[in-house]
Amino acid sequence: MEASTSVAHPQNSAPNAKSRASILDSESWLGWLLIAPAVLYITLLVGLPFLMALYYSVSDTTTGGGSMGFVGLRNFTAVIGTPKFQTALKNTLTFGLISQVLILILSNALALALQRDFPGKRLIRFLILLPWVAPISIGTIAWLWIFDSTYSVLNWMLRLTGLVQGQGYMWLGLPHLAMGSIIAVNIWRQLPLATVILLAGYGSIPQDIHDAAAVDGAGFWRHFFQVTLPLILPITLVALLFGLIFTFTDMVIIYNLTRGGPFDTTQVLASLAFYTGIAGGDLAEGAAIALFLFPLLLAVALGFLIIAHRTEVT
Amino acid sequence: MTESLRAWGVRLTRASILGVLTFFFAFPFLWMLITAFKQTGDLYDLKHNPFLFYESPTLEHVKRLFYETLYGQWLLNTAFVGVLVVLITIALAVPAGYALARLSGGWGARLGIGIFLTYLVPPTLLFIPLSRVVVNLHLDDSLWSLVLVYPTFTVPFSAWLMMGFFKAIPRDVEEAAMIDGYSRLGAFFRVVVPISMSGILTVAIFSFTLVMQEFVYAVTFISSVRNMTVGIGVPTFLVHGDVYFWGSLMAGCFIASVPVAILYNFFVDRFISGFTMGAVK
Repeated sequence: MEASTSVAHPQNSAPNAKSRASILDSESWLGWLLIAPAVLYITLLVGLPFLMALYYSVSDTTTGGGSMGFVGLRNFTAVIGTPKFQTALKNTLTFGLISQVLILILSNALALALQRDFPGKRLIRFLILLPWVAPISIGTIAWLWIFDSTYSVLNWMLRLTGLVQGQGYMWLGLPHLAMGSIIAVNIWRQLPLATVILLAGYGSIPQDIHDAAAVDGAGFWRHFFQVTLPLILPITLVALLFGLIFTFTDMVIIYNLTRGGPFDTTQVLASLAFYTGIAGGDLAEGAAIALFLFPLLLAVALGFLIIAHRTEVT
Repeated sequence: MTESLRAWGVRLTRASILGVLTFFFAFPFLWMLITAFKQTGDLYDLKHNPFLFYESPTLEHVKRLFYETLYGQWLLNTAFVGVLVVLITIALAVPAGYALARLSGGWGARLGIGIFLTYLVPPTLLFIPLSRVVVNLHLDDSLWSLVLVYPTFTVPFSAWLMMGFFKAIPRDVEEAAMIDGYSRLGAFFRVVVPISMSGILTVAIFSFTLVMQEFVYAVTFISSVRNMTVGIGVPTFLVHGDVYFWGSLMAGCFIASVPVAILYNFFVDRFISGFTMGAVK
């Protein structure tokens, strides 16, 4: 900490710190040299394309090439007014928020349950990590088969328990069921990462603190809410940040399971941008829709960076 | 008496949370396995219990997968892209993370946040301009397009992760090496990199996982079946035919997911510790 601030004012520092600062100072070019390739790469392949996307969104370009003429904010105003966009925005928020609330609750429960050692814990942990390690586009194909309209094993199991009679549900064919199904698959996919992050957080709490709380006679819920939860709040936010980013920018689950249907009830901004920009060939409007994701993500990220910074200071 | 009752209650709650959620996590993989080895007639008979084998298990689906589709080629393609992307990511992100953690002044923290924020620019936004870039470089329908583009999402996060990892290493480590006569660069390669192997391994595993997960760029840039990665080959080529070969599909899913997961399982502890140092200060 000290050394990094003393670089800017080496002459004000104590002799000891000064010699250290001069080493860093003479090698500050090294810092640039080490970071230059990464910065150059990111500038060329993220920064520049991002600016191109910004330009596309105010142009009338299409996949066929097109004129690239400037049309101002026409794409945005055209997009915002459409029911398709409004539905997708609403679906994005429903999908993201419900998934994340459930993931936070379940990952905490799971991390708590995994605190103590028991026989078979390694196997359980392996099984828990499976959905996250497996390629998601392939995992969703297994769900497509599980939700199959004729051969759904889920319906078979429900019939067995007597909850359902006859044919069973069309899991991906009815609006609310389809949304529920993709939320379930999203939880299946993201819960492992959240659990791993939270386990790391739980593991970093010193045992003394738990012991002290036990000596003071705190019960399970008091212990959890007044001792454990405040300590793992920063890392919970890290888990939430990743969860929100992955949910808002991902469209594989929707692409493979519902294609946005039935009647756009599972269409989110990311998938709408894809279908408009690539399938529809309207690059400009696709870029405009995708751009609506950016402020959303920026707000999420900045909020968490501020909170993370604050917890680090105190 | 109440004490032991409570202990039983805790145990029961824990067991049921673990039981229900583990079933939820593992079920699709179990279902892949059962489907992959069932004879076709058995698979599509609605009167049969789907979990039982009424006819003897068969390898017909697996054979069809390898002999009648390009599945083996897709696996090789994925491994090819994955290995190259991991190498590029390490070459770019490890030095960058070190510079951000040690060699930068006030600009370092801001640059670090800037690099992290590029992770938030979704592929759904970048694939449109990047498809033009790829065409202009004559890399369309080539695996090299993926090698070029995939580090856009592995490098920012990996640099951020390595920065956190290097920050957790005491400065004394390099300073002692530098007093012993190493230059700063020498100290980095000879002393810091070797003790950071678990962090670098974390980055490698994380990057490889992300390559296997990626979908949007692959589906946009790659058009011929021979050049597909396993992540797009299975859902676009095997599913979008007129007939769904569920047996072969599930065999393909199982082969592409479970062996990798078993491999990762050997690194899980290192992985978690790498994550802790990167994400928790």
